[in-house]
Amino acid sequence: MLSVLVFLPLLVAVGLLWPGIGDRLARRAFLVVTAIEVAGVVALWTAYENPGPGRLAFEERVPWIPGIGSSYHVGLDGLSLPLAAMTTVVFLACAVFALAEDQRPRLQAALFLFLETTCLGVFASADLILFFVFFDLSIVGMYLSIHGWGHGDRARSALQFFLYTFLGSLALLLGFVGLYIASAPHTFDMVELASSPPLQGSGTTGVLVLGAILLGLAIKTPTVPFHTWLPPAHTDAPAIGSAVLAGVLLKLGTYGFVRIAMPMLPEAFRAWAPWLIGVGIASVLWGALVALAQTDLKRMVAYTSINHMGYVVLALGAAGLAADGGDQTEARRTAVSGAVTQMVSHGLLTSALFLLAGVLWQRRESYTMREYGGLAVPAPRFAALLGIAALGSLGLPGLSGFVAELQVFAGSIATTPVAAVGLVGILLMTAVMLRAVQQLLTGPVGGLSDGFPDVRARESAPVAGLLLLSVTVGVLPRPLLDLVEPAAAVVVSLVSR
Amino acid sequence: MTADTLALLPELCLLVGAIGCLLLGSWTPRWRQRRVAVAAGVAVAASLLATAAGPAGITAQTQSAFSGTFAVDATTDVLRLVVGLSLAVLLILARAEIRGHARESEVYVMLLLGALGVILVGGATDLAVLVVGFLLASIPLYGLIGLSAGSSAPEAAVKTYLLGGLSGILMMLGAAVLYGLGGATSYEALSRLEEVSSAAAVAGVVLLLVGLLFKAGAVPAHPWVPDAVEGSWTVTGAFLTTVPKLGAVLAIARLLEVLPEDRTWPLLIGAIAAASMTVGNLAALGQRDVRRLLAWSTISQVGYLLAAAAAVTGSDDALPALLLFLAAYAVTNLGCFAVLAAEPERRAVADWRGVGRSRPVLIGALGVGVLGLVGTPPTAVFVAKLLTIAVTWEAELRWLAVIVALNTVLSLAYYLRWLAACLSQATSGAEGRDGGQGVSPPTGDPGPLLAGRTAGRLAVSCAAGAVVLGLVAGPALTLTR
Repeated sequence: MLSVLVFLPLLVAVGLLWPGIGDRLARRAFLVVTAIEVAGVVALWTAYENPGPGRLAFEERVPWIPGIGSSYHVGLDGLSLPLAAMTTVVFLACAVFALAEDQRPRLQAALFLFLETTCLGVFASADLILFFVFFDLSIVGMYLSIHGWGHGDRARSALQFFLYTFLGSLALLLGFVGLYIASAPHTFDMVELASSPPLQGSGTTGVLVLGAILLGLAIKTPTVPFHTWLPPAHTDAPAIGSAVLAGVLLKLGTYGFVRIAMPMLPEAFRAWAPWLIGVGIASVLWGALVALAQTDLKRMVAYTSINHMGYVVLALGAAGLAADGGDQTEARRTAVSGAVTQMVSHGLLTSALFLLAGVLWQRRESYTMREYGGLAVPAPRFAALLGIAALGSLGLPGLSGFVAELQVFAGSIATTPVAAVGLVGILLMTAVMLRAVQQLLTGPVGGLSDGFPDVRARESAPVAGLLLLSVTVGVLPRPLLDLVEPAAAVVVSLVSR
Repeated sequence: MTADTLALLPELCLLVGAIGCLLLGSWTPRWRQRRVAVAAGVAVAASLLATAAGPAGITAQTQSAFSGTFAVDATTDVLRLVVGLSLAVLLILARAEIRGHARESEVYVMLLLGALGVILVGGATDLAVLVVGFLLASIPLYGLIGLSAGSSAPEAAVKTYLLGGLSGILMMLGAAVLYGLGGATSYEALSRLEEVSSAAAVAGVVLLLVGLLFKAGAVPAHPWVPDAVEGSWTVTGAFLTTVPKLGAVLAIARLLEVLPEDRTWPLLIGAIAAASMTVGNLAALGQRDVRRLLAWSTISQVGYLLAAAAAVTGSDDALPALLLFLAAYAVTNLGCFAVLAAEPERRAVADWRGVGRSRPVLIGALGVGVLGLVGTPPTAVFVAKLLTIAVTWEAELRWLAVIVALNTVLSLAYYLRWLAACLSQATSGAEGRDGGQGVSPPTGDPGPLLAGRTAGRLAVSCAAGAVVLGLVAGPALTLTR
């Protein structure tokens, strides 16, 4: 079942490559498959039962390269299921948004279905090599997406994106090899590596191996100072490319922290924890400050992603700080749970923001916020959607971002008071988002806003859907948290070993 | 003796095929040389069959032939298979590219003989056989380069010949020194070297290595590769960047296994590997001509192969990893050259602009090929490179594992530059020249167009092969154990 969910998009993508298929059919197929994926994930969610520590639900395992202890091993738990669900939702939103795509829609549909398989594959993988395969292929897919459907200086941005993230993935691979060599018997199986972590008590070696893994994840996430590939990639990517890049691909990095770094190298992770807290705070502040200085809406949203991912790294770093007593465990669980919620929340909200930015580009080919103004008058529905997305992004109560950030800070500050510095980031984000809303929506109608057509159904529906989910998480967080919290508790107990 | 002869049946098939093609070619008019190609193909098929079903067979026990001078084991069998399959690809490529050339049949003969020499180099367990194999593998190479049309072919041939001659002489000198020290030419005698003065022994081994590094096209004996690839036919370039490396790297691995247990030798090979991959990648960064770019890329690739070879004494998994890498490299590299053959007029990277629109399938194959050479999953080179990193790490050559990873990143830049050119919009000039149809067919002669199609299909098959080999890497690895 899980394998079907992962590989169905790929199968259809291969079918779409057949030259005789028309554009209409391709767009329909894209939509239908992503809808089936959402339905599939819903079915999995309802059938999901907490598998308990060291186990995975919907597990499938087939030997692949037995010589090096690598197998096709997939499964889901409370960490991966919410992210997989978020992935299918974002792709469905993209499929709806792309219904009017006129630039080689057949190939684009095939490419994005391929990307969906790679993203779901990463979240479902329970084998490091399998994880890496999907991780790397997602980079190739996104490269082609920016190069083939982007605008501006897309060739250069795509190349920069590829070089940078590929470098990161190689560092990751080195770390994986380190784990493999240190394990006895040699294995790449993630469940086995997490249940008996190698390199415990190995001192420097473990710290170095984790260093390689953290470097790879930090580039993918991205955190300051490895974020420089992100703004150009986002600015020049097509709207749905940005949505997938920010909504899903960035999570592959932070997901690696909770899935690989913390359970498999707990001792080394605790040694790195203060650094992670530092990097997290730096990302929060730097991302927000630079976002404040942007005049280009898409670049601004790109920098807010760095800020939001900073919260995740901050929380995970705090959860990795050596526990002094039992009373801290609760706080660290809250922090991890907040980090996972933030991944889901950011996926929903940022995808919505990027799709809205795509609407601006399709109408006026400009992201410069100054050139618009008073958009609320000609395009009230657009204004409403942008307003809600922006409020969610700054962490307003009632939306998913608030639930996430509350947990992140409640957990982190209890563990380490330094984390309170990150609160400044929320303040700055408020300024960033309100300024953007003000420049775009309020004031006299002028410049590019003149005669700006309001969003059509196929543009507003995906954004509204994403925002609705965000509100649902904000108002009724329990179903999500019931899933995440036990898994977060497991991660905390694993990293405390 | 009969058993020995039978054990070498795959090689005999190639030899008989080469002689047969030579005779047949002399009696065949120029426009009917198809039958020579068929004969060569039959010889290769027979050789492959003899390997698969022969007296040794993949799973049979290790044995050696001709008084222990040639190893007939799983390693040699894999080499025979990879070389044989490469030959099959090369024969099709040659037929497509030089159909009707005055020396068509001679090209087939030289391909067969050169490949035979390579198998001898890779399977030799005796210095004398190694030297004979080296000569047999080198001389057809000079001929192949020299035959090629094009103004720079003679220069490339002379350069290769001079460098090859020099390294051959050095190699023989090394063999002679080792013979003098050990009193025998067999590899076994090498393992007793520690009893004699080490400086002379080191000099002997190093001299021997020079010849093998020339064959492998590795630093420091590499400068002939780019000129030879640029100046000769695509099929020649494909041959000389693929087949000789296979035997030479295996020979180096075999030498390492028999040399006295010593940290020096793995370190030396590791250092050569690091130099080769780094130099190859750095030089490839600045290349405008795709042939030179691919040539430098193969110099860097041999560095990765040598990295796996360097680990053979430190890790049991190194030899299987190396064999998988050889097969993976061969299929991927041949695929890239087949793409070149499909668009023979496009030489500079800039000439490839917009080909992605006119020939999407071909560029898809190229994408799999170059990303495969980088080591992107799920292609075969990825699995091989991963194993290489793992075995070098395990063999206490961790710095080498890191250098392999760093070089992989470095190599991305130029592979992607080429791929990005293919994917980008065609410039108006290039579009005008091709009319958006790839190669413009010369009026009245369907030959080049047909050749382009055959090569294109070959490229797609190689790309598919690279992916499939990557997916079935598990079973493939168990074959070589």
